Amino acid sequence: MIVVESLTKLYGTTTAVDAVSMVVERNSITVIVGTSGSGKSTLLRMINRLIEPTSGRVLIDGRDTGSEPGYQLRRRIGYVIQGHGLFPHRSVAENIGTVPRLLGWEEDRIRARTAQLLTALQLDPGAYADKYPHQLSGGQQQRVGVARALAAEPALLLMDEPFGALDPIIREKAQDDLLDIQRKFGTTIVLVTHDIDEAFRLGDRVAVMSEGRLLQYDRPEVLVTRPANPLVARMTGSAERAMRLLSLTTAGEAALPWTGSDGAADGPVVPTSASLREVLSELLWRGSECATVVDADGKPHGRLTVAAILARGRPA
Amino acid sequence: MPRPATILRLAALGLLLAFLLAPQHFAPVFAPLTAGGAPPIYDQGNLAMLALSHLATVLVACLASTVIAVALGILVTRPGGQEFLPLSRAVVNFGQTFPPVAVLALAVPLLGFGEKPTLIALFLYGLLPIFENTVVGLRTCPAAVLEAASGMGMSARQRLVSVELPLAMPLILEGIRISLVINIGTATLGSTVAAKGLGEVIIAGLLSNNTAFVLQGGLATGLMAVLLYDAVAAVERRLYRTARID
Repeated sequence: MIVVESLTKLYGTTTAVDAVSMVVERNSITVIVGTSGSGKSTLLRMINRLIEPTSGRVLIDGRDTGSEPGYQLRRRIGYVIQGHGLFPHRSVAENIGTVPRLLGWEEDRIRARTAQLLTALQLDPGAYADKYPHQLSGGQQQRVGVARALAAEPALLLMDEPFGALDPIIREKAQDDLLDIQRKFGTTIVLVTHDIDEAFRLGDRVAVMSEGRLLQYDRPEVLVTRPANPLVARMTGSAERAMRLLSLTTAGEAALPWTGSDGAADGPVVPTSASLREVLSELLWRGSECATVVDADGKPHGRLTVAAILARGRPA
Repeated sequence: MPRPATILRLAALGLLLAFLLAPQHFAPVFAPLTAGGAPPIYDQGNLAMLALSHLATVLVACLASTVIAVALGILVTRPGGQEFLPLSRAVVNFGQTFPPVAVLALAVPLLGFGEKPTLIALFLYGLLPIFENTVVGLRTCPAAVLEAASGMGMSARQRLVSVELPLAMPLILEGIRISLVINIGTATLGSTVAAKGLGEVIIAGLLSNNTAFVLQGGLATGLMAVLLYDAVAAVERRLYRTARID
């Protein structure tokens, strides 16, 4: 658990971050969203002390981050930045082994961990370990950046616009991969983005920042249904809020009990992981009234009618 | 099949070695340049030994320039050292613009004749290219790479040694290469204050009005400069091959 206590950063007379307090739960993804200049990156960098706060403090699992040299703290915290920042003069394996080497791991352990991470990120260790960053595509470079940040098994991973340099199609895939990785390693993630869609897609909790202040910090559906102020409402997009709400719920969660194939016989078949927004879109496209929801094994899980979906697009 | 460039390099090296080790075989080439029965080949010393001490003087001076210029370059690119940049730049610029001949003239009364004044003149003359290239190399490391290095928990020293210097290395080497080549030529001046080197041959030629000597000294020096330039360039290419630094 990370506790941020009235963290403030002043540059001369300008306040970059203004007394922000928040609590980040273990094993969750917290997204800090805001426009440029909102102080979101500064806040993130004060967590690993790349920027020293003017006042306030950060506790990670009860321990004050100010109690040890910054570089030692940072070896226990993963860090991913926009444009990956891979070392161009080092191979993929050497890049990934950076923090373990700083921590003095044995070479065998580093090699095993590197192979494990490359495999988890869908890069064949045999083919990629000895390549250099310039030989990889943008998406691959980004994945190696994530692998490097996770190499020393950090409990906390900080990401600053990690997908900002990727084109939209690769970005979606990278976001899915991040969710998989988070589930697999149980890492606590704090991610900064200016993209509200990305925030809603990834965040268990979303923090909205503007002009150095934390405007609202809550579950995404609360941000949509009960925005704390007009700025949050504008950022979450009032015109689209019903669709946003639908995209936050999966078909599996909303499915009506399975009562046999009545009425759903010629409707579409959707997986439990699909969002209601996707199911609704599919139903509209086909002109059907009812979809069959199937689990990962292809067994019927339930059904979803247009009416049931629409009911979910209204604040409870 | 070796590439034409490789053949050319080996030919140049072969020519230089042949001339330095057995200069008398080249007598027919230089004979037309002499008049009144003057010797066509330099006969007042061993050419190979002169070339070796010429090279040694340049290498020693260049090593000293490299150590000082790189250290200065590192200092002025650290957060606390930036204020020294104008001063350091003024010092190395002075070293470059102050004529080496004047350095020799000033240094002889203090240090006497011989290698020492030459070493000092070459050391000062060689600082600028190495210093400027070190500064540019360290300053142009990509910001994202530096931030990643710090973000992963490298201390300032670790970041310098394992990220910044390797990334700046191609440029630093280029500075060393320029400095070396300039000084191979400049070192001939050292012979005016009795430093051992190929300049001796040129000066002997000037004193006795023997064009053959002047040409021999000049050609040997030039060949040495070209070959050295090429050797350092080869090292640079090796560095570039393993890691492309865009």
